[in-house]
Amino acid sequence: MTFESVTYESIPHAMISGIAISLLCSAVGLFLVLRKFSLFGDALAHSAFGGVAFGLFIGIYPLWIACSVAILSALGLTKIRQKFDISSDAIVAILLSTGLGAGVILVSLTEDLDIHDIEEFLFGSAIIDTQNVITILVMAGAILAILFFTYKKLLYSTFSEEQAKASGVPVDKMGYLLIAIAGVTVVISMQLVGVLLISALFVLPNVSSMLYGRSFKQTMIISMCFAVSATVSGIFISYQFDIAQSGCIVLVAAAIFIGSLVAKGSGLVKTTGIVAKTR
Amino acid sequence: MIVDIEKLSVDYAGIKALEDVSFGIAEGDFLGIIGPNGAGKSTLFRCMLGLHTQYDGTIKFFDQDIRDSKRYLSQIGFVPQKPVVDRNFPATIREIVSMSQNSNDSKKVEEALQKVWMHELADRRIGDLSVGQQQRVFIAKALVNSPKILVLDEPVTGIDVYNKDLFFQILGELNTREKISIIWSSHDLDAVERLANKVACLNKTLFFHGISEEFFSDDEMLKKYSETSMQMHMHHH
Repeated sequence: MTFESVTYESIPHAMISGIAISLLCSAVGLFLVLRKFSLFGDALAHSAFGGVAFGLFIGIYPLWIACSVAILSALGLTKIRQKFDISSDAIVAILLSTGLGAGVILVSLTEDLDIHDIEEFLFGSAIIDTQNVITILVMAGAILAILFFTYKKLLYSTFSEEQAKASGVPVDKMGYLLIAIAGVTVVISMQLVGVLLISALFVLPNVSSMLYGRSFKQTMIISMCFAVSATVSGIFISYQFDIAQSGCIVLVAAAIFIGSLVAKGSGLVKTTGIVAKTR
Repeated sequence: MIVDIEKLSVDYAGIKALEDVSFGIAEGDFLGIIGPNGAGKSTLFRCMLGLHTQYDGTIKFFDQDIRDSKRYLSQIGFVPQKPVVDRNFPATIREIVSMSQNSNDSKKVEEALQKVWMHELADRRIGDLSVGQQQRVFIAKALVNSPKILVLDEPVTGIDVYNKDLFFQILGELNTREKISIIWSSHDLDAVERLANKVACLNKTLFFHGISEEFFSDDEMLKKYSETSMQMHMHHH
């Protein structure tokens, strides 16, 4: 197995796409974390892996197949959840295991498979070509614009589904929109951190920022700052020590979280966010 | 009539929650809906707000059947039962009020907060407030789109006396000064007698609807109400 570290030549592309992906994962992830759907990104990534394997199997560019599979399976399961009142964590588990199961079978059936392709999707890649950087920037811009124009409705239905419905907010449609956006975000982020580590970018910066943020906007901005810092530092550490980029990004994000916990727990930082429990 | 309910019946898996309920609400009315636990008050509200759509009969707001369009909801402000707010939800009072707003007019948010005397705390987190203060924020949220009707489902359950009195004072002012019609369900007969000009007494069916004074001066009616409440209470235990 070959993990990729950043090379001098690949730094600009990795930085640009990394920053765009960090901003996107923070914004989308905050809604998922607040909806107690933290592992949904993970589940989407695993079902996208099934899509990647299917793309490789039939010989079509796998990312777009992954995107369609992730979104369709997530929307389908959400519909089932609404109809049969199955809990969110069970849906996440079903999506995660089914996607991975299908992926493993398809990988085993694919002839002449370059194992490096699979590793790239599982653990992320340090080398992102210009075409992919442009795709990432365009998709990130489009998704952030959608979030900007719908955030009030998304926030309201996240805060209270019942109250939002009683105010005429199309809560179900907002739920589907968020899932579709999360699906696209997962697929374009897979290139940077891979299927196995993607939920870290969705969850860690947001939980860290919730320790500090008073308002929703403040929390999102802090989360974006944490995510960008983790990505930029992770890429530099990867280059400096010649170690896997995705792991570096995730560990820096985890270090920010642990540092925040210590600062908050010890009373070093006094902000209005989540506070340590007192007995 | 701004609200017209005709022969409303709701069935939950063969058990009647509401049966043949008909009444109307005129502009400026302050209607207190009273009834024991399990009488169908919340079901009635859920139907009126389009949250429960499996019912027989018709519900009209502003002469339009609510099955035909959801547009009427923009003219209604809803205040739920004791709110369940995640203590760590990262949103300020100002954000909570503005997220239900149809426009981006920040003046309206300030005005709504002033009406419930919460403007000085506008930048506090919603989770840091007491339940009584949170309910006042929810009234502000309901008022931000200048509604014609406020719907309140047992809004003062579990609220301390000070905040309860403040809450009633705010409701009275909204009804008399702002001419907002109010539909309010409550267990508190004293408060209903003090504030409401109309009363609807519900226990799956509607057994009184009319002028508040008529209900509270009718000893027979009050006796019947307390007997029914007691029966329902015993049934629940």
